[in-house]
Amino acid sequence: MQPSLTKKIFIYVGAALLALVIAVPVLWLFIMSISSSTHLTTLPLQWWPDAPTLENYKSLLVYAENSPSASFLYGIRNSIIIAFAATAVSIAAAIPGAYSFSRLPGPRRKNLLFAVIAIFMLPPVAIVLPLYTVMSALGLLNTHFALIIVYCSILLPFTTWLLKSNFDTIPGDLDEAPIIDGANRLQAIWYVILPIARPALGAAIMMAVLLAWDEFFYGLLFTNDIRAKTITVAIADLAAGRVADYGLISAAGILAAVPPVVLAFFMQKTLVSGLASGSVKG
Amino acid sequence: MISQRKTVTAWLLLTPMIVIILGVSGYPLIKTIYYSLTGAKLIAPDLTSVWVGLDNYVRALSSGKFLEAIWHTTYFAVISVGAEMVIGVLVALLLNEAFAGRTVLRAMLILPLALPTVVNAMMWRLVYNPDFGALNALLVQIGMLDAYRSWLGDPASALDMVILADVWKNFPLVALIALAALQTVPKDLYEAATLDGAGVWNRFWRITLPAIMGPLSVALVLRTIEAFKVFDIIYVMTRGGPASSTKTVSFYVYQEAFAYMRVGSGASYALIVVLISSCLIAGYMYLIRKQGEV
Amino acid sequence: MNIKNIVTGAVAMGVLAASGAAHADVTLNALFMAQAAYSEENIRDMTAQFEAANPGIKVNAELVPYEALHDKIVLSQSANGYDVVLYDVVWPAEFAQYQLLEDVSSRIDDKTRAGVLDGAWTTVKYDGAFYGMPWIADTKFLFYNTEMLKEAGFDAPPATWEELKTQAKAIKDKGIVEYPLVWSWSQSEAAICDYTTILSGMGGQFLDADGKPAFNSGGGLDALEYMVSTLDDGLTNPNSREYLEEDVRRVFSSGQAAFALNWGYMYNLANDPAESQVAGNVGIAPAPGTDGVSKASAVNGSMGLGIPTKSDHKEEAWKYIEFLTSEKVQDKFAKLSLPVWEASYSNPDVIKGQEPFVEAAKTSLAVMAPRPTMASYQEASAALQEALQNAMLGASTPKEALDEAAETISDMQ
Repeated sequence: MQPSLTKKIFIYVGAALLALVIAVPVLWLFIMSISSSTHLTTLPLQWWPDAPTLENYKSLLVYAENSPSASFLYGIRNSIIIAFAATAVSIAAAIPGAYSFSRLPGPRRKNLLFAVIAIFMLPPVAIVLPLYTVMSALGLLNTHFALIIVYCSILLPFTTWLLKSNFDTIPGDLDEAPIIDGANRLQAIWYVILPIARPALGAAIMMAVLLAWDEFFYGLLFTNDIRAKTITVAIADLAAGRVADYGLISAAGILAAVPPVVLAFFMQKTLVSGLASGSVKG
Repeated sequence: MISQRKTVTAWLLLTPMIVIILGVSGYPLIKTIYYSLTGAKLIAPDLTSVWVGLDNYVRALSSGKFLEAIWHTTYFAVISVGAEMVIGVLVALLLNEAFAGRTVLRAMLILPLALPTVVNAMMWRLVYNPDFGALNALLVQIGMLDAYRSWLGDPASALDMVILADVWKNFPLVALIALAALQTVPKDLYEAATLDGAGVWNRFWRITLPAIMGPLSVALVLRTIEAFKVFDIIYVMTRGGPASSTKTVSFYVYQEAFAYMRVGSGASYALIVVLISSCLIAGYMYLIRKQGEV
Repeated sequence: MNIKNIVTGAVAMGVLAASGAAHADVTLNALFMAQAAYSEENIRDMTAQFEAANPGIKVNAELVPYEALHDKIVLSQSANGYDVVLYDVVWPAEFAQYQLLEDVSSRIDDKTRAGVLDGAWTTVKYDGAFYGMPWIADTKFLFYNTEMLKEAGFDAPPATWEELKTQAKAIKDKGIVEYPLVWSWSQSEAAICDYTTILSGMGGQFLDADGKPAFNSGGGLDALEYMVSTLDDGLTNPNSREYLEEDVRRVFSSGQAAFALNWGYMYNLANDPAESQVAGNVGIAPAPGTDGVSKASAVNGSMGLGIPTKSDHKEEAWKYIEFLTSEKVQDKFAKLSLPVWEASYSNPDVIKGQEPFVEAAKTSLAVMAPRPTMASYQEASAALQEALQNAMLGASTPKEALDEAAETISDMQ
C-alpha cells in the first residue's frame, strides 16, 4: 500500500523536526566549545565563531597541576576506575544470583527477587545518610572503594534482573546435562549458560557502566578532591565556579559525553533490545 | 534429597548478592529508620542520637516548606513523565513508518539518552542564560520574543524550563520502548481495520495503543519512580531557586542533612519520600507481575 | 583493603612521630573557592612557590564554587578529608560547636597579632579562640562606568543610596543603558552580602541586643524596600535575581550596566582588556551611605584559612597557611584580593597601578558590618535568602517577607 502524499509530507516534516530538536542543542554545545569566551559574551549573539579554536580542549586535556585540566583528567580517571570496578563486582555477584533465580526451585526466592528490585528503586536519600556515616567512621570517604561499593546498590539489582530474564529464555536441559555428567553448577554456568547469554551479558555490562558514569548524588557527597572525585562532580564544580568561561565548560561537557555516547552508539542494538526486554532503566 | 541439595545450591549462588544488598542497602535502610526517630547530627551521629520518637515526622508534615517541596517534586514528575510519554509515542509512531533516513534518526535518539545528566543540565543552563544564552537570542531573532527574558530566574517558568531539559533527555527512552513494541504488531491487523473503514484515530485507539500498553505502562511507572528521585539536574541548573520554586524533596533532604547537619529529621524526610515511592513501586510490581516478566 | 592501609598508616605515623623523623614526603589537600578574590592562577602560583621553598611537601589545591564550600568542609570530616580549608567569616560559630577546626591560638605570635587588620581577625576569632589565619580581607564596593557617568553629566560617583538611584535614573532616561544597576541577588549568600551592605548603610541591624531578629524593621526593612524599588523602577537589571558575582562581572564588563556592587576582585579584571570591553572606564568607590546615618556601607566578606581537626599533617598545613597569609606573598598577589596586613596599605608596591582600589578599601574595610554570628547561620541565611527573593519577585511585600524570615529565625534559636 503506497502512503498518500500528505502522509509522506507529514512524515518528512516530522522527521526533520525531530532531527533538529535532538541535534541543535548538542550542536550548540559543540559550537560554544570551539569559541572564545569574548566571542560568547558579545551581543548580539553570533551563531558561528569567527575564529574557531581548540584552546578550550587543550586547556582541559593538557595536564597542569592544580588547574581545570587536573580536576578534569583525574575525574575521567576516577570515573573509569569506579565505573568498571563497580560493574565487575556487580556482574560477578549478579551471574550466580540471576542463575539461581532463573533455574532453581523455591517460591520464597521469587519474593526475594521482588524485594531486590524494590530496593533498586528506592530513592538514594533513603540510604545515603547511614552510608555516609559508616563510610566516614571507617575513613573510607573520598576513596574509590567507597563509591565502588555504594554503586553496587544501583548496579547489582538491575544487572541481576536483566540477566535473570535472559537466562529464562535458555532451555533448562542445556545446563542440566553437564550437571548429570558430574559438573558443578558454577562450571555449568561458565561453560554452558554464559556463552549463550553473551549478548545479554554485554548489554548488562554496558548499561551498568553507563549508569555508573552518570551517577552524581553519591559522588557529590562521598568525594572531595582529585583523589576520588568523579567526572560528573568535576563538571558540576567547573560549571558553577569562577571559570565563567562558557567555552571551557562546554568543552568539558562534550568530552565527558564522548565515552558514554560512543559506547551507546557502538552497542545500539544491544541497548535497544535490553531496554525492550526488561523495559528497564536506572 | 536432590531437591534439598538444589535448594542449598540455590541459596549458595545467591549469597554474594544477598551479602552485598544487605550491606549496602538493607542495613542502611534500617539505620535510616532508626535515625529518623532520633535527633542525630551529621557529626558523630551515634553519639548525638537522642530518641525523639515521632517528633521529626510531626515536624516534617507540619512544615509548609517540606510540603511545598513534595508538591514541586510531584509537579516535576507528572508533567515531565506525561510529556515524555506523549512525545515518545508520537516519535515511535513516526519511526515505525518506512522513510529514508529512518535508521539514522533512530540512532540519533541514543544521543540524549547517553548524554550524562549533569552535562545535559549544564548544556540547558547555558542555553537558558538570560544574557548570552541561545534561547533568548534565537527567539528574539526570529521575532517570537520582544526582549530577552530570564528563564531560570522567574519562579513562574523555572521549574517548567528544568522539566523541558529533562524531557529532552528522556523522551527517547519512551520512544525506543514504544517502537520495539510497535514492531511486534502484525501489519495485517491495520489492513483489516482499514478495510472495515476505521480511520487513523480509530486504528490508533483500537489496535496500536492496546498493543503497546503493556511495555508503555512499565516505562511510565519506571520513569515516574526515577522522576521522584530528581536531584542532579536541579543541583546543576537552579540549586532550588528562585524563591525555592524548584526545590524538590531530594534536594530538601540533602540540605537538611548535609548543610544543616540534622541527620535525624533529614532521615524522616527521606522516609516520607520512600513511602510515596513505595506506592509507585508497588504499582510497578503489580504491572510486571501481571505481564509475567519476572 | 583500605581499612588495612589506614591502620598501617596510623601505625607508621606513630612510629615516625616517636622517632622524631616526621619529614617524609607529605601531600597536603587544600580546599579553596572558585568565585571571587584570588584566581585559580594566583592560587596555583602561590602554591608552586610554596612547594619550591618546602621540598617534601606537595599540595593538591581543590577549587569549588562558594555555594559548595560549606558543605564540602562539613562533609569531609574523616581521615581522608582536607588539611587546609578556606572558610567564610560566618561559619566559625558552627565549626567551633562541632569542633571541625583546630584552635591555632598558640601558633600565632604577637607580631602577627599586631600586624593584621582588626576587621580581618574577626574572620577567624570565635569565643576568644583563633581558628586559623585571615587570608582574604574583602567587602563589596560600588563599581561604576566612568564614561557612562560622564555622558549623563555626573563627575563623581553617588555618595548616598538615594543619589545612586537618581544617577541611575538619569542614565536610564538618557538611553545610555537600559538597566543601569546590576547586583548578585540570586537565592544565595551573595544576595545576603548585598543586602547586608545596604542594611548597614541604612543603619539597620540583624539582631538586637538580646539576639532577636531585628532586620524586619528600621534599616533592614528600608534596605529591602530600596532593593525592590530599584527593580520596580526598571533601574536594576531584572536578571539580577538569578545572578552570582561572576554574572555581575560579566554584565558590567560587557558594558551593559553603569553600576555594579561586587567584591574587590572585579576592579582589576574589569580593567583588563582581555576580560572586559569597558577596560579603562572602571571606577571604584566605597558603597554609598545614607544622609545623616552613614558615610559608606560595607559587609564583612573576609575569609580565613584553617586546619580541620582530623588532618594528619597539621604542622605542614600550618606552614602552608603561614606562607599564603604572609605579608610578602599577599603583597605580591594584591591585584585580586588586598592583603590582610595593615602595613600593606601604605606599601607603594601594593598601591601602584590600583590607587583607586586601595583608596576605596581604606574607607570600606574600616566600616565593615558583620553578618550575624550564630551556630545555625546557614539555615538562618537560607530563610532570609528566600525572603529576599519573595519580595524581589513580588510574591510578598518586603515587610511580610522579612517578618516571616524573622519568625523562622527566632524559632531556630
